[in-house]
Amino acid sequence: MSSQLTVTVNGAPVSVPSGATVAVAVAIAGQTFRTSVTGEPRAALCAMGICYECRVTINGMLHCRSCQILCEPGMDVKTDA
Amino acid sequence: MAAAVRAAECGVRVGIVDDNPALGGQIWRGESESGKSSEAAQWRRRLQAVNVTTFCGMKVFHQPEAGVLLAEANDDLFELRYRNLILATGARERFLPFPGWTLPNVMGAGGLQAMVKSGLPIRGKRVVVAGTGPLLLAVAAYLRKHGAKIPIICEQASWSSLARFGMALIGQPKKIFQGMQLKKDLSGVPFVANSWPLAAHGAKTLESVTVSRVGKNETIACDYLACGFHLVPNIELPILLGCQIRCGYVQVDDFQQTTVPGVFCAGEPTSIGGVESALVEGQIAGLAAGGRKEEARKLFAEREKTKQFAHVLDRTFRLRHELRSLASPETIVCRCEDVTHSRLQEFTSWRAAKLHTRCGMGPCQGRICGPATQFLFKWNPDSVRPPIFPARVENLAAFAVGSNVESSATVGGSR
Repeated sequence: MSSQLTVTVNGAPVSVPSGATVAVAVAIAGQTFRTSVTGEPRAALCAMGICYECRVTINGMLHCRSCQILCEPGMDVKTDA
Repeated sequence: MAAAVRAAECGVRVGIVDDNPALGGQIWRGESESGKSSEAAQWRRRLQAVNVTTFCGMKVFHQPEAGVLLAEANDDLFELRYRNLILATGARERFLPFPGWTLPNVMGAGGLQAMVKSGLPIRGKRVVVAGTGPLLLAVAAYLRKHGAKIPIICEQASWSSLARFGMALIGQPKKIFQGMQLKKDLSGVPFVANSWPLAAHGAKTLESVTVSRVGKNETIACDYLACGFHLVPNIELPILLGCQIRCGYVQVDDFQQTTVPGVFCAGEPTSIGGVESALVEGQIAGLAAGGRKEEARKLFAEREKTKQFAHVLDRTFRLRHELRSLASPETIVCRCEDVTHSRLQEFTSWRAAKLHTRCGMGPCQGRICGPATQFLFKWNPDSVRPPIFPARVENLAAFAVGSNVESSATVGGSR
C-alpha cells in the first residue's frame, strides 16, 4: 500500500492508498455512507460484506457494498447522505 | 485456501469462489499477497503451485438445482456447476443493540480492523474496544501497533471464566505464545473484565461511550468504538443447500461432509474455533473431496485439539444476561428497517416480528438483527430463502445467461 490513487466521493477528489476499499475512501472523505429509513446517518459497521450499512453508488451502480470493492483510479462514488 | 490446495493436489479440477476482493478470509485479508503472515504466504505459494481457478468478489445467492449455484460478480451472473462443493463461509461478528450503536464510527471490532487493514488511517485516534471474545485483544493490539490510542478494553466475561480459559490453554503452546505476545503489545492498556458498553453518544457521529466498568458507569471520549460480541457462523448458504444444522452449526461427519452428499463444510460454520481450526478442517475436506480419505484421517488428531479450543471459547465468552437489558425502548434493533426494541417486544416470534415490522427483511436479511433477537428474545430464524444476498433483478430473471464454469470440485465461501 505504498502508492496513492484518487477517486471522487460526492464530487470531491479523495486520495487513498492503493489497495484501499471504497469504504475507506468514503470514511477518509468524512462522508456519511447512507441515510436510514428514518433519516439517521449511517456508516460501515461490519466491513466484511454482511451488514450492507456501507452501501453506496459506484460509477452509477446502486447499492454497492463499499467495503467489498477496491478503489480504482477515477472511480465516481456517491453516497445517499 | 487450504481446502482448495489439498483438493487440487489430489489432481481434481478446483475453482475458488470468494465473496471478498482477495483470498485469505477475514483473518488474513489478502495479507498473503504482501507476505505479511508467514503461514498465509505458505498457503499462497502452495496455491500458486497447483491449477486452481480463482474468482474473487463473487457472491453466491441461489441454488436453482442440485449441483448448480448462481453467483454475481460486478453485476454479471455466473452459473457454477460442481461435483463436490466445500463450503467455507466463515463467521461474522455478533452485534448487540444498545443506545447509540447505530452512530457512525461505532463499528465491529473486526470491522474496524478490516478497515484499517484496507487503508483507513488510525494513528492518534482514540478507540474504545468492548464486547467479548479473543478478537477484542487481537484487534486492540493491531490498532495500537498502527498508532491508535486504546483508553480501555471492556470484556463482558468474568475474571473467573477468563482464568478458566487461561487454564484450558495449557497444552496448547502456540496459543499461550500468542497470549503472551498480546499481553506485551497491550502493556499499559487497561483490560477490564465484567465490563460492557452501555451507550454511545454523539450528534452526527460518535463522540463518547459510556461503559459499565465493574459495576460503575464511566464515560470516555473517543473517535471509534470497536465493539463485537464474539462470532456467529455464516450458515445461510449451507441451510439453502439443505445441510442439517445442529445447535447453530453445520453438522458434518468425520470427513467434514455435511448431510448433503458431496457438500463439505470447513471452518467457523462447523464451530467457532479460529484460523487453526479452519485450516485443518479445510485440509480434511479438500483431501476427502479429492478422494484421499486415508490422508485426511492423519489430520483427525490435530482437528480434535482445535475442537477442544472451540468448546473452551464457547464456554468462556457466553453472553451474560445483563446484556439483554442494554437496549432502551427506542433503541433500533434492525438497522436496515429501523425497527425499535419496543416495537419488537409486541411479538413472540421472529416470523411474527418480520411480518409486522419488516425486522430482518432489509438488505442484510437478518444477518445482523437475527443473532441479536436470538439472544434478546430467544427467537429462532426459521428459514432461508433465495436469493440469500441481494441480487440484480436481471440476474434473478435470467438464470441460464452468463458464463459457464465447470469444475469437478468447487470451493465456495470466504476463507
